[in-house]
Amino acid sequence: MSGASAPVPKIAVKGLEKSFGEKRVLDGVMIDVAAGESLVIIGGSGTGKSVLIKCILGLMRPEAGSIRIDGEESIGIGRTARETLMRRFGMLFQGSALFDSLRVWENVAFGLIQGRGMARQQAHEIALTKLAAVGLGPEIGDLSPSELSGGMQKRVALARAVAAEPEILFFDEPTTGLDPIMADVINRLIVDLVRGLGVTAISITHDMTSARKIADRIAMLHKGGIIWQGATAEIDKTDNPFVDQFVHGRAEGPIEMEVRAA
Amino acid sequence: MIAFLASIGAAFLAFLAAAGRLAMFAGQALGTGLTPPYYPRMILRQIVYVGYFSLPVVGLTALFTGMVLALQSYTGFARFNAEGAIATVVVLSVTRELGPVIAGLMVAGRVGAAMAAEIGTMRVTDQIDALSTLSTDPLRYLVLPRLLAGLLTLPALVFVADIIGVFGGFLVGTYKLNFNPATFLTQTEQYLATMDVVSGLVKAAVFGFIVALMGCYQGYYSQGGAEGVGQATTHAVVSASILILLSDYFLTQAFFT
Repeated sequence: MSGASAPVPKIAVKGLEKSFGEKRVLDGVMIDVAAGESLVIIGGSGTGKSVLIKCILGLMRPEAGSIRIDGEESIGIGRTARETLMRRFGMLFQGSALFDSLRVWENVAFGLIQGRGMARQQAHEIALTKLAAVGLGPEIGDLSPSELSGGMQKRVALARAVAAEPEILFFDEPTTGLDPIMADVINRLIVDLVRGLGVTAISITHDMTSARKIADRIAMLHKGGIIWQGATAEIDKTDNPFVDQFVHGRAEGPIEMEVRAA
Repeated sequence: MIAFLASIGAAFLAFLAAAGRLAMFAGQALGTGLTPPYYPRMILRQIVYVGYFSLPVVGLTALFTGMVLALQSYTGFARFNAEGAIATVVVLSVTRELGPVIAGLMVAGRVGAAMAAEIGTMRVTDQIDALSTLSTDPLRYLVLPRLLAGLLTLPALVFVADIIGVFGGFLVGTYKLNFNPATFLTQTEQYLATMDVVSGLVKAAVFGFIVALMGCYQGYYSQGGAEGVGQATTHAVVSASILILLSDYFLTQAFFT
């Protein structure tokens, strides 16, 4: 925003603060994401990664700070403006969050039918193409989500997140709870989708294999702030002791795990 | 002493805060009904669920309520030779009071609990957040159809329950207590005013709204996994039942004094 030379970041987060009761989860988070970039946020459990993307998505309201999408402030906007903004987002939830009362294809087509008022017939066709894109045949479309395995549910959720062709995608722990092969399938799907659709992506994970595969840039969240960020290749060269400890998964180091709940 | 007073004050403030949250929740949910999009499919599904599928439970309780009412008033009234009033007692009690209250309580147990459990599970598995990210307002899509279904279908349900309840009284009156059927029917009709039935149906609408509102509210704000959903379900039924009985008193006062 400093001049014509610097492009406006797709997402610009500044001074974000969010507390739950006494516990301050986000304490002045600052991060920019350029258009078409895939940012991965790493950090231990309970460091506020999910809270951060829920704030950006507008599902939670931060106490202070600014979140600009394409240069426009998104905190405190009205209901209608929020709904319009939501159309540009897609989100893959950690537990997939499929609607269990609906069939698989209805899940994928949900945003098209309910959100945009598309005819069911047309939405059904699009849903089947999206399912095919994540490697699921049309016969899966008529099943109920509870009949699918965890990996398949994740793929359906992925298809649902991209069905309405959003500009910005959020992935919350996309590979958690999957076997290494299925995790790799999901990683590849994410890379293909992000590159293919040219979308901006923010993922959060503590799976370093996954982070290396899907990230252009990695940022580390610790104690409510971004303590390190850099291109994916730099993560192995950094001398930041926090990052080093996390990447190599050592119990000893500057990050002290809260063994007892605060 | 101060600590004691402070705890009373704190409890009262917490009560006011909860009442305020509930009112805001209801207002916001109803407010979504002022503008499109509407989800007629969801409303219809809830009406069928709340109304049609509650019919067996409500019908059965209404039948036995009418029957026991006839039996009780017979044994009681016989002490002062007032058996002739039984038909009137049954029809007035059922239409004005027992029909709506019993239907409301049964529906609170059946529908309010289910609503809290379903919406609560959707909350703890992120499905409600998923709705928002798919440009669908959860209040509009989940809550409003349930509130409307409660408001609209309970009067219909209670109307049927009234008929079944009075029929239960008639069965006991004629088969067990040997009243003349024609006399019993005449007495049933004799002192019944339109207002008796209408007031019961208005109560039913209020109770239906309360049941759906408590179910949705408790579910919507549930947290903490399976245990949280369990608590939400319990709270939904208990608070709906209490509110039904409280509002019943005030509605009766408003109608008949």
